[in-house]
Amino acid sequence: MLSFLVRRIFYAIIMLVVVSFVSFIIITLPPGDFMTQKIAELQARGDKSAELRIDEYRERYGLDQPLMTQYWLWASNFIKGDFGLSFEYDQPVATLLKQRFPLSVTLALATTAFTWALAIPIGVFSAVKQYSLGDQIATTISFLGIGIPPFLLALVVLYVAVVKLDQDVVGLFSREFVDASWSLAKVWDLLKHLWVPALIGAITGTAGTIRIMRGNLLDTLGQPFIEAARARGLKNRTVIWRHAVRMAINPLIVILGTETFPGILAGNILVEVVLSLPTMGPLYIEALLTQDMYMAGTVLVFLVMMLLIGSVLADIALAWVDPRIRLE
Amino acid sequence: MSKNIRNPLVEVKDLHVEFDVRDGIVHAVDGASFTIYRGQTLGIIGESGCGKSITAKAIMNMVPKPGKMRGEISFHEYSQQNGKEIEEVIRIDTLDPDGQRIREIRGGHIGMIFQEPMSSLTPVFSAGFHIIEAAKLHRFVPLDTIGDTMTKNIEAKRHVTEAEAREIAVDMLHRVGLPNPEQRVDSYPHQLSGGQRQRVMIAIALSAYPDLLIADEPTTALDVSIEAQILDLMRELQETADMAIMFITHNLGVIAEIADEIVVMYMGKEVERSNTIEIFENPQHPYTKSLLGSIPQIGEKEAQLETIKGMVPSPFDLPSGCVFHPRCSDYMPGKCDRVYPDYAEVSEGHWARCLLYDGCWPETSEAQAIKSEAA
Repeated sequence: MLSFLVRRIFYAIIMLVVVSFVSFIIITLPPGDFMTQKIAELQARGDKSAELRIDEYRERYGLDQPLMTQYWLWASNFIKGDFGLSFEYDQPVATLLKQRFPLSVTLALATTAFTWALAIPIGVFSAVKQYSLGDQIATTISFLGIGIPPFLLALVVLYVAVVKLDQDVVGLFSREFVDASWSLAKVWDLLKHLWVPALIGAITGTAGTIRIMRGNLLDTLGQPFIEAARARGLKNRTVIWRHAVRMAINPLIVILGTETFPGILAGNILVEVVLSLPTMGPLYIEALLTQDMYMAGTVLVFLVMMLLIGSVLADIALAWVDPRIRLE
Repeated sequence: MSKNIRNPLVEVKDLHVEFDVRDGIVHAVDGASFTIYRGQTLGIIGESGCGKSITAKAIMNMVPKPGKMRGEISFHEYSQQNGKEIEEVIRIDTLDPDGQRIREIRGGHIGMIFQEPMSSLTPVFSAGFHIIEAAKLHRFVPLDTIGDTMTKNIEAKRHVTEAEAREIAVDMLHRVGLPNPEQRVDSYPHQLSGGQRQRVMIAIALSAYPDLLIADEPTTALDVSIEAQILDLMRELQETADMAIMFITHNLGVIAEIADEIVVMYMGKEVERSNTIEIFENPQHPYTKSLLGSIPQIGEKEAQLETIKGMVPSPFDLPSGCVFHPRCSDYMPGKCDRVYPDYAEVSEGHWARCLLYDGCWPETSEAQAIKSEAA
């Protein structure tokens, strides 16, 4: 098991290096960069002091050096925790991410909690009462949920809440709390805003999860060990939750690792943009649009890192719940 | 043979199990009636799809969806009270399938082992977990062990604790002959072989000291040497536990070895019943005769193996009269295809359902007319 983990982590690191290189190339591919643009702007205005600062950056990030050197500088700084500078915000990338990352994690956790709390009971119900009226309704709604794009749902919610109900659902904080320091009142205010994007994410995420849960559970319920458990005199409920759901939950753990975890960084970007949330998603989109290369590169690498960490964690979790997966 | 043969344990009367599926109604069990006596081994034999397993599930009140069950299934519960034996009859078919009473019977009074030892244990739980789970439901110990428990009213009982259940698990694994039970108790199903898993299944079923063990083709998935070991084990445990066995199989060799009495089923009905020796020495029903004829004989190289002609009829389109007539070597045209035979005792303790025997002709005037017209 330990050697399996070490091997798993080793591969993940190699993967990360490759991905970081590829993403760096992609970021620098488009002609021109933020720098050239800015320099042109400054020269037009004849701002000498700014030009000096730009020269300093140029040297620091090796912008006039060959590509490989640039990558090496960026990568070695990255490991030290210096992700470069966001030219758009004129602030270190790390500072910007530090503000938004916790909010993204909170949103992702809330969304996942909502999703599982809805999807698992509904999926189990749907499978146990297959073809009943309740199952048909759940199935119909979950197909609708898969069909409706989350950003559209966000727009509808926005319209109904703001225009019809006169509620403040935009962002994650009320105006008076945006720049306030953390306090109980601010947390409460956050919770009052958080449920909207979390629920929107959950509704669309739930739909797929219900289908997976239902399908797996139906498979499991047809297995001989379910009948054997019932023949032992167990209650139906015990058979379903202890024996069947326990077996059917594996794919959800994989999803948790490979979708939810990277989703912290770029979950429902469009929903986050529509609701103008101070999370990572909108930052990432903006960085891509403005060629804010260090910002975009950093988020991209983090995204892959999350995916890799998520899948390692999912493997560990799977081995924990299913003894057949534990390797000697 | 069995000492308690006169005490019925499970009585099945006119049991019907029907499945209403898209193509029509399948009568998986079509009027089966039989009795299992205490301490007896009853063999149920028949081709695949003749309703053997469904009958077993009906006794547990576990007919799978969308099956519907009709008829009577009674379980006789014997208990000691103030030195007297008390018999209580429970109608299993009328119980709520997820109710308290049936769950006490399932696994408690009637244990069951299955055809698929490979997949009858939940893969994520250890062997011991399964036995502990069963023992905690069905094993009781007297509430107060101080003093003379013999004279005490032993009605006051409690469920065993986790630790006691674990001891039971180790003990049961030891009794079913699993090597190193102290370690094996924590083994997961995938770490055990097929034969070991079936031993674990038997340990689970026997952990509650059931009155009846239903064995639904318990050795079909195992190879022959393991099969012999499992059969020996079941016989051995039966002797010490005074337990009845309902042994379901399609293997004549196996049933000859283990059963006291045999019921032969065809298309959801029993066609013959007698003690084992009588069935093998003196079969009455043509179906039983053909089944016995189709066992390969060692040393008879020249002889062509006898087979039963035709196929099992479609359950949606059953033949008229006796359902076996299209395949029967003793088919009597004009009779067998028009009259459905009764189940009757053709000689002492030997029942059959075939128009070759006068007793099986129904009393209806129509049937009697056909009988005399052909004569």
